[in-house]
Amino acid sequence: MSFEVDVSKRLGEAEIAVSFVSDAGVTALFGPSGSGKSSVLNMIAGLLTPDRGRILVGGEPLFGDGVNLVPEARHAGYVFQDGRLFPHLRVRANLLYGAERGQGGTTFDEVVDLLGLGALLGRWPRTLSGGEAQRVAIGRALLSNPRFLLLDEPLASLDRARADEIMAMIERVRDALKLPILYVSHNRAEVDRLAGMVVPIQR
Amino acid sequence: MAPCLPHAPTSRDPGVRWGDEYDAGQTGMTLTPEDCEVIRLSLKVAIVGVALTLPVAFALAYALARGRFPGRILLDAVVHLPLVLPPVVTGWILLVLFGRNGPIGGWLDHAFGFTLMFRWTGAALAAAVMALPLMVRAMRLSIEAVDRRLEGAARSLGAGPWRAFRTITLPLSLPGVWAGLVLGFARSLGEFGATISFVSNIPGQTRTLPIAIYTALQLPDGEATVVRLALVSVALSLGALVASEWLVRRQSGRAHVL
Repeated sequence: MSFEVDVSKRLGEAEIAVSFVSDAGVTALFGPSGSGKSSVLNMIAGLLTPDRGRILVGGEPLFGDGVNLVPEARHAGYVFQDGRLFPHLRVRANLLYGAERGQGGTTFDEVVDLLGLGALLGRWPRTLSGGEAQRVAIGRALLSNPRFLLLDEPLASLDRARADEIMAMIERVRDALKLPILYVSHNRAEVDRLAGMVVPIQR
Repeated sequence: MAPCLPHAPTSRDPGVRWGDEYDAGQTGMTLTPEDCEVIRLSLKVAIVGVALTLPVAFALAYALARGRFPGRILLDAVVHLPLVLPPVVTGWILLVLFGRNGPIGGWLDHAFGFTLMFRWTGAALAAAVMALPLMVRAMRLSIEAVDRRLEGAARSLGAGPWRAFRTITLPLSLPGVWAGLVLGFARSLGEFGATISFVSNIPGQTRTLPIAIYTALQLPDGEATVVRLALVSVALSLGALVASEWLVRRQSGRAHVL
């Protein structure tokens, strides 16, 4: 199984409860904004602790039954919705931040080529457009030798042509690297194209 | 203003030491050797005081910005105490604690034969205590302004808590550290009340710039000394501000020092 998730968490007024088992290459969490999709990703990445439940990725328990791995031990390649690049590091240093974990199935040059980052390497994050920052964030996650990818609306700030390219890239990563991908989106077309399984999230 | 380099012999009587008696003949704008001694001492006291406070202030700022522990409000209040107490009271508290019969001073004297009383080290401690709240405030604001989600991103990329702190939190809070250093340095240079009540007014040991200016003000012909030392104070404070501004600007655009 790529993902076995059964968690719940009370955040203020809202109760987030999700349960799914997926063996698809790409699993989509699909639902309106504010329905807690990002919180589910944070729980899987270890940045938010569920009140109860269990999380297994690729058969490895990350949370539950007395297990609660720290984020750095979960090997998640997390692409945040807002990119979340380190503002005091240039693009190259951002890309290499997670590379200390060792090379995954991809090399630096491959990722730079794949995402068209060659011209951006010397730039500061604040000088990047939304789409450029998003591509750097995807590259940074891929280069951190992840065991699975968490993509939080990765196409939201991209124009149509670039979004198509990134979707093709995600398909290549899915097929070539065999990384389980959990994909959060509110866009039906993206979800239909990429995902083998769709998990609806209600508010 | 001439730099405080070793002077050629002057026409002054070499037997007169400033502090016992002021040189009534020195009314020009050239710094005298005694002025230089005051300036060097002030810089030493301020630099050592601030260097001493830096790690303590950062740790306190971090704890106050991030920590959720019982007694946090009390700790906050105690850290701010030197800011709101009359400095003379702070100096007196230091005297009670670090005097030869005080709980800490007595122990230092007994165990190491070491005393802060009437020494420049005591002046540095007074400067450190007075600078602490300002430094903590500046650093705390800066630490609170660091987006914690960036630390989460670092953790998800494989960084442990220490690496995330070292590579994300610390560099992003450096502007506050610089601001704290400059504020602390300026405050230390200006420190008067706590110093004079803790370690008195000893030429060459505890007579820093403000105390020297105060002393000169008490003398009928100290006017020129007051003007010279006041100008030096303005120059040093301005210099510190400009230096920090330059450092922060340099930082915000390019790679960080750490």
